[in-house]
Amino acid sequence: MQSWMSFAAGLLFGTGLILSGMTDPGKVQGFLDLAGRWDPSLALVMGGAIAIGLAGFRVAHLRVRTLLGGAMHLPTARDLDRRLVIGSLAFGVGWGLGGFCPGPALVSLGTGEPKAIVFTIAMLAGMGFHEWWPGTPRADAAPA
Amino acid sequence: MSIAWNHFTPWASLIGGLLIGASAVMFALLNGRIAGISGIAGGLLRPRRGDIGWRAAFLLGLIVAPFAWRTFAQLPAVRIDAGYAALVAAGLLVGAGTRLGGGCTSGHGVCGLSRLSPRSLVATLSFMAAGFVTVFVLRHLLGA
Repeated sequence: MQSWMSFAAGLLFGTGLILSGMTDPGKVQGFLDLAGRWDPSLALVMGGAIAIGLAGFRVAHLRVRTLLGGAMHLPTARDLDRRLVIGSLAFGVGWGLGGFCPGPALVSLGTGEPKAIVFTIAMLAGMGFHEWWPGTPRADAAPA
Repeated sequence: MSIAWNHFTPWASLIGGLLIGASAVMFALLNGRIAGISGIAGGLLRPRRGDIGWRAAFLLGLIVAPFAWRTFAQLPAVRIDAGYAALVAAGLLVGAGTRLGGGCTSGHGVCGLSRLSPRSLVATLSFMAAGFVTVFVLRHLLGA
């Protein structure tokens, strides 16, 4: 049940990414190109997602258990540390350079696009490098 | 700055964003977790017992999305300007950066901002700023 639900959520998420234009690296870079001919589309992707999210997560945060009766694992960390900023800056450089972030990269893997495959392998290598780096805490069940 | 009106896709991007938000909320309410792609993928690279199925199912849903899309319509065309070397560098930065920073565009950008998390606001401002600067350097200083 949990796996089918996760699969359905992933499918819906991926469909949203394709429809929104996030799986087109040229469009992503067009959004990041403030000094050129700017494509504001991706601001609407964020706006639309957050409009739903603001209401939905308000409800989620009030709940002690999931609708299926399982435990909630929403993040509780509040500290602003160097890891957060340095990691996010590095991510932003890679995002600007290639035009892919993790979700759209995985969706593009399903299209068989060779450049997306190369990017995704490198991305997984980067994640694995971090995951297995000595002293790294194990991947939290609740990221972000 | 000038607006690239010919590339602007307000409705598709807004509706795509709504789908992404709906998926994230559904995931939080039913699975009790953040739909953060980098965290879900990262956790699979150093798996824990009982923590594999839902992660693999969500990522499979992302990868299957373009196949599902193709049964109804043609996939939108994409443009990937970056060469293979740049994509490898970008992938490594995105992979390691998102794990170090604890999230990406989905975990911090969509879910975190929806949850009004100060950590996610700092992360999102950091990766956006780094993305803007990177594309500026690529397109306007290096002329790529």
